[in-house]
Amino acid sequence: MTVSASELREPAPSRGLTLPSARRLLLWTGLAVLLAWVLVPIYFVALGAFGGRLGVFRWPKSIWPTDLSLAPMLQFLAIEGVFNALINSLIAAGSTVLLSVALGAPAGYALARYTFPGQNVYRLLVLLTRAFPLAILALPLTVSFIRMGLYDTPFGVSLIHTVLALPFAVLVTQSLFMGIPREYEEAAWVFGCTRFQAFLKVVLPLALPGLAATAIFAFVISWNEVFAASILTVRERTLTAYLLKILSESPLHYRFAGGFILILPSVLFIFAIRKYLFAVWGIASK
Amino acid sequence: MPARTSWIPYALIAPSVAFLGALFLVPLVQTIWLSFATADGLTLANYERMTGDLNFSLAVRNTFLLTLVVVPIQVALALAMATMVSKLEKGRDLALWILTIPLGISDLAAGLAWLALLQNTGYLNSALYALGLISGPVGWLSQETPWSLFAAIVLAEIWRATAIVLVILIAGLQLIPKEFAEAAEIFGAKPWTRFRKITLPLLKPSLQSALILRTVLAFEVFAVVYALGGRNFPVLAGEAYTWQNENQNYGVAAAYAVLIMGISLAATAVYLRVLKTRPEQLP
Amino acid sequence: MADIVIDRVVKEFGSFRALKEVSLNARDGEFVALLGPSGCGKTTLLRIIAGLETQNSGRVVIGGRDVSELPPRKRGLAMVFQNYAVFPHMTVFENVAFGLRMQKTSEAEVKRKVGRSAALLHIESYLDRYPAKLSGGQRQRVAVARALAVEPAVLLMDEPLSNLDALLRLELRTELKAVLREAGTTTIYVTHDQTEAMGLADRIAVMYGGKIEQIGTPLEVYATPGTRFVGGFLGSPPMNFIRVACSEGAARIGNITLPCPVASSEMEIGLRAEDASLAPIGSGIGFDVRVVEPMGSHLLLTGSIDGQLTRIVVPPTAKVAAGERVGLTVDPSRLTWIDGATGRAVVRA
Repeated sequence: MTVSASELREPAPSRGLTLPSARRLLLWTGLAVLLAWVLVPIYFVALGAFGGRLGVFRWPKSIWPTDLSLAPMLQFLAIEGVFNALINSLIAAGSTVLLSVALGAPAGYALARYTFPGQNVYRLLVLLTRAFPLAILALPLTVSFIRMGLYDTPFGVSLIHTVLALPFAVLVTQSLFMGIPREYEEAAWVFGCTRFQAFLKVVLPLALPGLAATAIFAFVISWNEVFAASILTVRERTLTAYLLKILSESPLHYRFAGGFILILPSVLFIFAIRKYLFAVWGIASK
Repeated sequence: MPARTSWIPYALIAPSVAFLGALFLVPLVQTIWLSFATADGLTLANYERMTGDLNFSLAVRNTFLLTLVVVPIQVALALAMATMVSKLEKGRDLALWILTIPLGISDLAAGLAWLALLQNTGYLNSALYALGLISGPVGWLSQETPWSLFAAIVLAEIWRATAIVLVILIAGLQLIPKEFAEAAEIFGAKPWTRFRKITLPLLKPSLQSALILRTVLAFEVFAVVYALGGRNFPVLAGEAYTWQNENQNYGVAAAYAVLIMGISLAATAVYLRVLKTRPEQLP
Repeated sequence: MADIVIDRVVKEFGSFRALKEVSLNARDGEFVALLGPSGCGKTTLLRIIAGLETQNSGRVVIGGRDVSELPPRKRGLAMVFQNYAVFPHMTVFENVAFGLRMQKTSEAEVKRKVGRSAALLHIESYLDRYPAKLSGGQRQRVAVARALAVEPAVLLMDEPLSNLDALLRLELRTELKAVLREAGTTTIYVTHDQTEAMGLADRIAVMYGGKIEQIGTPLEVYATPGTRFVGGFLGSPPMNFIRVACSEGAARIGNITLPCPVASSEMEIGLRAEDASLAPIGSGIGFDVRVVEPMGSHLLLTGSIDGQLTRIVVPPTAKVAAGERVGLTVDPSRLTWIDGATGRAVVRA
């Protein structure tokens, strides 16, 4: 489970050393281009976010950070609705995290530890979600959500986001628990634990980092989702839904400020779970 | 303890089954039902209205075009990235982290990032101006320049969603024992041959999941397009959103949803068939 | 302290019968080894005693108490696992204290008992370390210390030494024997390694195909195997089986006639490699030597008697070369006679 990126390193040295210098130059150039390709748009949206009104319309632009200040960002956050949307996004993402871990981890544990009739049907149900554009399913939910009072609430949004995150949570926690030897639990049982105690004292501490990665993944999924959030909210919009709504009527520097706020936590989270990223997708794409 | 505890796994999966039932299967059926439901009972009226709409054929064309252009480039680019990264001796973790940053970036934010580059007084125009290629701000993202708008959306999509393909492929590459390539090398296979004959076939399952995931998501594309071009570039998911939120016509929106689901399922079926790997061919 | 009674235990996995009515008694303080090849059901039996598996029928009685339906924690036993199962997120001290803490033992008692158990296994010096920093042998000591710390009535061990290298295995085996003798715990020990079983156990239960083939002291099962399987499984090299035809109470092997224990039947003679010795030239059972392997303490000769594969051990100084035909003498009282049809040993008449 904890296949880290650094483990990829092993075969490299011998092959790397034998690389002729011309091809090496090509490799580094290519890589530099690709890294720039990823970083440059983020850099520019940051410039736009902190450059304010003047910065956005300056012509021609300098690619160097000039006249940057926090003021434009603070102005953006002070706009009516922005702060509220930010809070809604956090609530929705937080609920998504709780729901998808609370629903997914037990199922992952069941798949990892038991063989039971029907488990293949269940696995199929989980995998089936992958073949559907899930956010679209928010469309018919509008009516029932209105009836249940879930419409236009961050919690309602988090329900559909959990549908997106749950399959991941199930598959990732399954392999997470499979990576924790059954013997640990059995030893705990023998030495006086009930099943639940054994889970709490032995399995949970060992699974915690992986569960945290699963949680962060669920957070990012919810934080980024636009379509369902826009369909299911009117006044209590999440940040993405709010930005989408004001897209056509707001000035550019506000859009960039919004874009930057959207990007920031994702970048940090991807950094936090980088060790698990490949394991997560390696498992989830089986 | 199978005999005594056989209810435990069911109790553990029950909450998620109930949840997926209520929020995945039910809305799935509802969507299909809604798309046929009209005042005169179950008819094709919503579909007729959908296909009769001015934007419909445009949206279908654009979505397919976008998918057909973006997905292959993403796979090729991700393969190139993975190969390059695997040749690195130092800084591999850092390079991988940077290359996977877009994984956490929403399509809306991606659209906005590229908007910063491509807007009239943006950095692209500034650069072109500095090189003396243009004399003043040029619009790239308007209705009058559909092809450059399309190119901008393609760029933003490639920028945003190549990372996910990369991650899936690297996860897949990790599962391939390096002895295979080494054996091939000993028998005299050149790098390109090794890649084609060893790596690519063994990577097929990962490629398959990457393609399914990316294609399904590509048919859902929406916010990137809105951020860059507003409604100037109609796509299927965008039309569904408009019919639902602006026209308040749930039936036509549902018809779009069913269409998107149909296309996604068909694409998935094609991938499953074309890239079929027999289990005994895997290491 | 407690005795263990296993009463006609049956275990099925689907249509596969892993245990076919197995019965076994272990006396209080006795060390019983379950020995057999992989898939013979020995681990399943141990797990049933532990309560980690549930038998389909039959009972497990520990210290006079029927524990068949109890979960592991209520059976009053401790276990050492094949992969040690030393908890990686706890220090060695916490690992050893785990069982005591679950019993809500007072802190002072925990300290005392952990200290004693650690001293017994010589792990006092790394009590505050985490298992990741320990070698396999050290982890196994921790696992044993953890099991002994709770002063269990019954100790179950599942191939506890199989993941260690040969030298360490020997060292720990000796130590284990001393420690367990001192503790006086009733022990059931699963292994596929006959030297472990022979060296450690008071009695060995040889299992095969979901049944106990024979149970007895190490010497008994070695010298008088109850079945062809036991003879072939124990001993290195394994017992030789030479087919002979008995007629009128005698069997011919080579140019020697041996008295048969039964009147007439297809029989096999079980011959331990060390129970034959070189005879003066021209006498004894003809043995065609094919390969000579000097093993240091002895020579291992592989060849044939009457065309049947046979291995014989002779002193290292013996002058034997491959391709030779030598004569062997055997002590008829040390031969095992096995019924060719049933594979069971025939009690000597």
